[in-house]
Amino acid sequence: MDSKYEVVIGLEVHVQLTTKTKIFCGCSKDFGQQPNSQTCPVCLGLPGALPVLNRQVVEDAIKTGLATNCQIAPRSIFARKNYFYPDLPKGYQISQFELPICEHGWLNIETEELGKKRIGITRIHMEEDAGKLLHAAGDSSSVDLNRACTPLLEAVSEPDMRSADEAIAYLKQLHQIVTYLGVCDGNLEEGSFRCDANVSIRPWGQKELGTRAELKNLNSFRFIKQAIEYEVERQIEVLEEGGSVVQETRLFDAEQGVSRSMRGKEEAHDYRYFPDPDLVPVVVADEWVERVRSELPELPAAKLQRYRDDLGLPDYDAGVLCAERPIAEYFEVLVARHANAKLCSNWVMGEVLRSLKEKQIAIADCPVSPELLAGILQRIADNSISGKIAKTVFEEIWQTGKTADQIIEEQGLKQVTDSGAIEAIVDAVIAANQGQFEELKAGKEKLIGFFVGQVMKLSKGKANPGMANQLIKKKISE
Amino acid sequence: MQLNKLTISQLRAKLIAGEVSSLELTRACLERIAATDDKLNAFITICETEALAAAEAADKRLAAGDAAPLTGIPLAVKDIFNVLDVRTTCGSKILDNYISPYDATVVAKLRAQGAVIIGKLNMDEFAMGSSNENSAAGSVKNPWDLQRVPGGSSGGSAAAVAAGQVLATLGTDTGGSIRQPASHCGVVGLKPTYGRISRYGVVAYASSLDQVGPLASNVEDCALLLGAVAGYDPADSTSVDTPVPDYLASLKDGVKGKKIGLPKEYFIEGLAAEVKQAVTAAIETYRQLGAEIVEVSLPHTDYAVACYYLIATAEASSNLARYDGVRFGVRKDNGDGLVGMYQHTRAAGFGDEVKRRIMLGTYALSSGYYDAYYLKAQKVRTLIRQDFLTAFEQVDLLLTPVAPTPAFKLGEKTGDPLQMYLSDIFTIPVNLAGTCGMSLPCGSSSDGLPIGVQLIGKPFAEAEMLQAAYAFEQATDFGGKFPPL
Amino acid sequence: MKISREEVEHVARLARLALQPAELEALTEQMDAILGYVEKLNELDTEGIIPTAHAVPMENAFREDLVKPSIGIERAQQNAPSKDGSCFKVPKVIE
Repeated sequence: MDSKYEVVIGLEVHVQLTTKTKIFCGCSKDFGQQPNSQTCPVCLGLPGALPVLNRQVVEDAIKTGLATNCQIAPRSIFARKNYFYPDLPKGYQISQFELPICEHGWLNIETEELGKKRIGITRIHMEEDAGKLLHAAGDSSSVDLNRACTPLLEAVSEPDMRSADEAIAYLKQLHQIVTYLGVCDGNLEEGSFRCDANVSIRPWGQKELGTRAELKNLNSFRFIKQAIEYEVERQIEVLEEGGSVVQETRLFDAEQGVSRSMRGKEEAHDYRYFPDPDLVPVVVADEWVERVRSELPELPAAKLQRYRDDLGLPDYDAGVLCAERPIAEYFEVLVARHANAKLCSNWVMGEVLRSLKEKQIAIADCPVSPELLAGILQRIADNSISGKIAKTVFEEIWQTGKTADQIIEEQGLKQVTDSGAIEAIVDAVIAANQGQFEELKAGKEKLIGFFVGQVMKLSKGKANPGMANQLIKKKISE
Repeated sequence: MQLNKLTISQLRAKLIAGEVSSLELTRACLERIAATDDKLNAFITICETEALAAAEAADKRLAAGDAAPLTGIPLAVKDIFNVLDVRTTCGSKILDNYISPYDATVVAKLRAQGAVIIGKLNMDEFAMGSSNENSAAGSVKNPWDLQRVPGGSSGGSAAAVAAGQVLATLGTDTGGSIRQPASHCGVVGLKPTYGRISRYGVVAYASSLDQVGPLASNVEDCALLLGAVAGYDPADSTSVDTPVPDYLASLKDGVKGKKIGLPKEYFIEGLAAEVKQAVTAAIETYRQLGAEIVEVSLPHTDYAVACYYLIATAEASSNLARYDGVRFGVRKDNGDGLVGMYQHTRAAGFGDEVKRRIMLGTYALSSGYYDAYYLKAQKVRTLIRQDFLTAFEQVDLLLTPVAPTPAFKLGEKTGDPLQMYLSDIFTIPVNLAGTCGMSLPCGSSSDGLPIGVQLIGKPFAEAEMLQAAYAFEQATDFGGKFPPL
Repeated sequence: MKISREEVEHVARLARLALQPAELEALTEQMDAILGYVEKLNELDTEGIIPTAHAVPMENAFREDLVKPSIGIERAQQNAPSKDGSCFKVPKVIE
C-alpha cells in the first residue's frame, strides 16, 4: 500500500437475529420456504396492518450492546426510513434513527501490522429487513417477502480502522461475539452477517476525512479484505492521476475481484426519517439491563484470558478453543472431567477437530462426546493405554458410541505392564536385532527409539513404552 | 312500526322477547337503503348475502338465549375498516378492486357479538376531507338537504344513521371526521381518547391522530357501541391497556355539580350566528341541569390547524407509500419501468386531495425542512395538549361548537383547500391533544339544518362525557329526528 | 413564494407521483398558500419544548416471540396485480 496515504475504514454490519418470529409480526422466519408463504398483513404491508415489536429483539439488542461495551439507552424509539422499492412492502423501513438502543461501544482488536487498538462502535440499532428481489430473465423482477420484516441489528463502527486487516479483525471479533451470544447464526454466505464498508484515504496528517465510497455485497471475510484493498488502490490511483474520489456506493464482484459503481442508477436519497407513530418508545429500565448482564455467557475475550491464566494453556491453544462457543463448551465439559488441561486441549484441537472437519460434522453433533473422550484420557493418564492405542479407541467410540473401558475390555487393548511379559518381548527383539543392539551398547543412543518401537510393534501397541524403555536400558548395562 | 327508528336498546328488548327477528330487522335496513341510497350515496358496498347470513346466525343465538349486547343489530362500518373477504376501498380508486384478507379488530369484535354488518360506508378518500366530496365513489348527500354536504370524512357513516339506513355505524376521526359529519347530519358521534379503540385493520391516514368511534341516533346507542369495540388490543401497539368501564351504567347520573368550561378561543368571529345561538342555548340548558359553567382558555387554539396539517400530512405521506401497485391495488404500468409504474399507479389511483396531502407531507419531512415543519408542529402539539391538561385541572368537561357553520353546499369549498381545512378548527385540537370529544345535536338552522355541540372530556373519561351528553339529550328535543327522504 | 415549481416537481418525484403540468401549477399555488399559513407556528417560541409523538403517554408494547400462522400464499396474492408463481411480479428492477 502506498505510504503517502492513510486508509480510513468504518463498517456497518447487519446482524440477522435468531428469533423464531419476525420483528413486528408473528410470522415464522424459517428460510428456504416457498416465496411469500411466510407472510401476513403486517409483513405484506397491507392497508390497516400495524407492527408490534418482538420482545426478544430488544433482549438480543441489549445483550449485543452489553457485549460490545455499549451504553443501553433508557429510552429508544423507532423511525421510518422512507423510500420506494419493490422489496420494501410499506414504502418505508422501520428502523431506529434518533435514539438507537445502544450507543458508544467499543471492541479491542489486535493485528500483526498495527498492534493493539480500540475500535469505537457508534451505535447498534434494531430494524426490519427487506424482502428479496429475484431478477428473472426478461423484463420483470419477482418479489418474495418471506424475509421482509425479519429482525436485524445494525452495528455502525467509528471510522477507526486503518487497514483491511484491522477491519477483518474487528469483524471477526464482532462475529465471534454475536455467535457466542447466540443472537446470530453467523452465516456470512446466507446473509446472516452482512457487512458494508465505508472506505476513504487521506494524506498522512490531514485531519478531515477523505471522500468515502461505500462497498456493498461483501459476503465473506476474504471478499471484504479483497474489496477494501481493491478500493484503497483504486482511490490512490484516482488521486495520483489528479482526480478526486466521488462519494458513491460500489458493488464488489467477487468473481472478477473488482467493484463497480452504482452511481447514476440510484437517485439522491432523501429518506425523510421521522418517528414511527405506530410504535411506542422502548423503555429499558436498569433492572432489565442488569438481568441481561447477569445472564450473559462468558465472552470470548474473557474466556481466552482464563484459558491462558487459569488453565495455563498456550496462546495458540486458547485461541483455537475460544474461536467458537460450541468448541469452548465441548472443551469445558471435558476439562471439568479431566484435570490435565493441556492433554484435553491437545485432543480437542487434534483428534476431535480433525475428525469433525474430515466428516463435515458440527461439534455439537460429535459422536464422541466430551464425557466419552474424558474416559479415554483417564485411561491414558493411568497408563492403561498408550496415546497410540487411545487414537484407535477414539475411532472405535466414534463408530460405536461405546465407552473407552468397554472397547479396551472387549478388544483386549489394555497396556501390558507386567515387567516379565515385557522383558520377554524385549529379549525377543534384541535377539532379532543383534547388530543394532551392539551399536546401541557402543553408545548410539538414538537407537533406543528403534528398540522401543519394535517392542511396541511386537506387543501390538499394548506394551507400556516407558517400561519397555527402562528394560532396554537395563539390558544395555547388563 | 319503523324498526329502523328505534334505539338499539329498544330493539334488543324486542329481539330477546322474540317480537322481531334479526332477519326482519336486517331486511328492513336493506329495504331502507334500497329506497334512499340512490339519493344519499352513503354506501360503497352493501353486503346483503353476508348480512342475511349473519342475521340468521344471530337469530339462532338469540333463540338459544346467548345474546351479546349487539347480537342481531344491523350496523355498518366506514369503508376504512378491513372486513374479511369484503371490498375495502377507503374511498379510493387505487383500492377499487381490493378484497381484504383479514378483519380489523373492531370488526372481529362486532362479529363476535353477533352484530350484522350490512355494508361499507362512503367516505372521503383515505379519510382526507371535511365534506365527503373526495370519494372515488362520489359525494354523499346530506339527508337533511340533498344539495349540501354531510360533512366528512365519515360522511357516509353520519348520513346512514341520520337516514335510518342502519342503527349505528363506526367511523374514524383524525381531525373531526366523526364529530363534524355527526353535527352536520344531526346524529351523535363520538371520538374516543387516542388508544381507547384498536386501530388494527383500520386503513391509516395519520397514525398518531386516527381514532375509531361510533355514530348513532342517540347517546345511549353511542355508549353501547363504544363499549362493544373499545379495549386493549395486543395487535395495536398504541392501544392502551386501561379497563373499559360500563358506559351504560353511569349514563343517567346527570351533570349536577359538574364544571363545564367554555374555551373563550372557540367563541369567536367567523362562528355563524345560528351556531352561536344554538350552542349558547345548550350552555343555558347545562346551567339549568345543575352544571357550573366557567370560562377557560386554550391559548394555542389558533395554531391547531397549522399544526395538524403538518403532522397529519407528514404521517399520511408515509402511510400511503404502500400503495405502489406491487402487492395489491390498481396498477398502471405504461411500460416505463419500475419507477414509471409507481408514478402512474399513484397518479391515477389517488384523487386531488390525497395527492395534495401526500405532497405537503413529503415536503414537510424532506431534507432540510423536517425541523422547521414536522418537528416544530410536534412541539406546538405539546403546547396544545398542555392547554387541555391545564383546562382539565379546572373543569370536568369542555363545551364548544363543532363546526363554524351548518352543512355547506356541495362544491362550495372545493376550490379552496385552505378554507376547507380551517373549517375543522374546533375539532382538530381534540385529536392533537389525544383526548375524547363528541358531537350531539343542539338545534337547527333556519334552513332546517342540524347544528351540533361538542363536549370534550378528559383522557379516558368517555363515561363522564357520555353522562353529560345523555343529560342534555333527555332535557332537550333535538336528537333522534329523521329527515323526510 | 414559500415553494417553487421546481421544488414541487422534486417533491412529486420523491412521492412517486406523475403529475400533469396543470396539476403541478395548481399544487404550487396551493402548497404555497398552505405553507404560508403554517408559517404562523413560528410566532411561538418552542425552545426547549419536548415534541409530542403520541398525545397519550405510552411505552413498551411488545409481543412474545411466538409463531402465529401466516395467511398463506393464496391470501397473500389474492389482490396481486401481477404474479410470477408465488411471487409478486414487477417491472424489471435494474441494479
